[in-house]
Amino acid sequence: MTPEYYLLLSALLFSIGAVGVLVRRNAIVVFMCIELMLNSVNLSLVTFARIEGTLDGQVMAFFVMVVAAAEVVVGLAIIMSIFRTRRSASIDDTNLLKY
Amino acid sequence: MTSFVEAGLVLAQTPGQEAVTAGEAAAFWVLGPLAVAGALGMVFVRNAVHSALWLVVTMLTLGVFYLIQNASFLGFTQIIVYTGAVMMLFLFVLMMAGKDSSDALVEALRGQRLAAAVFGVGFAVLLSAALVRSLRDTQFAPPLDPTSPEGGGAGGLGELIFTDYLFPFELTAALLIVAGLAGIVLAQRDKRDEGVKRSQRELVEARFRGEYERPSGRPGPGVFATGNSVATPALLPDGSIAEDSLSDLIESTPTARRVSPPGWMRALDSAEQAEGVHGDEGDGAGPSTTDDEGSER
Repeated sequence: MTPEYYLLLSALLFSIGAVGVLVRRNAIVVFMCIELMLNSVNLSLVTFARIEGTLDGQVMAFFVMVVAAAEVVVGLAIIMSIFRTRRSASIDDTNLLKY
Repeated sequence: MTSFVEAGLVLAQTPGQEAVTAGEAAAFWVLGPLAVAGALGMVFVRNAVHSALWLVVTMLTLGVFYLIQNASFLGFTQIIVYTGAVMMLFLFVLMMAGKDSSDALVEALRGQRLAAAVFGVGFAVLLSAALVRSLRDTQFAPPLDPTSPEGGGAGGLGELIFTDYLFPFELTAALLIVAGLAGIVLAQRDKRDEGVKRSQRELVEARFRGEYERPSGRPGPGVFATGNSVATPALLPDGSIAEDSLSDLIESTPTARRVSPPGWMRALDSAEQAEGVHGDEGDGAGPSTTDDEGSER
């Protein structure tokens, strides 16, 4: 086993997250799938740092965590306000920008 | 905390060893399938709350992976920030907004799920193939010393962040402030949507104009020398009971039944008796027996 197994695992998790974004209809679950994709990228960044023997990859993963936290706050607030006006968290119901 | 770090170090590799130790391989083959199972569970479970819990499993295993790979600071940050804060935020929003959180079974677009599955498998295969091919002849660097301050702990990361990555770090400060403000602004309920509130004068005028059921508020319960219970009905000037003073919630109290219209003296009497019955109730007789007594009279 070599460290690149982690990269393969990360690729697999990223693909599962992408499929989840495409398949699920609940906005909150779609958001969780995006979190999964961010996490898998973090795993690959940490693994790259280990392969390189430096800490830069870990710093990148740290910044990704910060951005993900900010994104979660804003995204969940948007979902909440949409839910308040339309009484639904389904992404099929949100079509005002359609036409 | 230190014991946890040491537990991570047992699994983590130490300098001067093979690229991957047997312990790390074992941990990978135990936790890797668990992470994949958590991800698959999150995507394919219908209930959104269960999805969130599956995602917690994946995030915890990823945190352990960070610990194994000498990134102890990131590992603990992952567990605290993601499974602790972010997923709890998700669960809060699910409890508030996800009442009908299970997904619809019908496909909005025909064949979308099949296309998504094909896309997912193809994407995973392509990515894996590219990774395997590009990393074939990679020389893996000797691992960092996890016990030194330049390892994966907070010391080494902090040194890098505050020297080479100082500007991005300051940018994240601005980003977090903006995100916090945006969260407040977006989640705030807009007062203007809830209609104009009437002033007291407008309310009085509307009441006497007949827009409400009655101009005044409903009468309170009767307060007499013998009892001031909320179950005591108020009496109108002719001695009859003001029906509006009887609460729906305590309708079954014997007081309200037993008082009969003819005279206010009699009303007072029976109210007094009812008080006595109330006192007896405390001994264990249920309210049904008092009702029976009332009907006998």
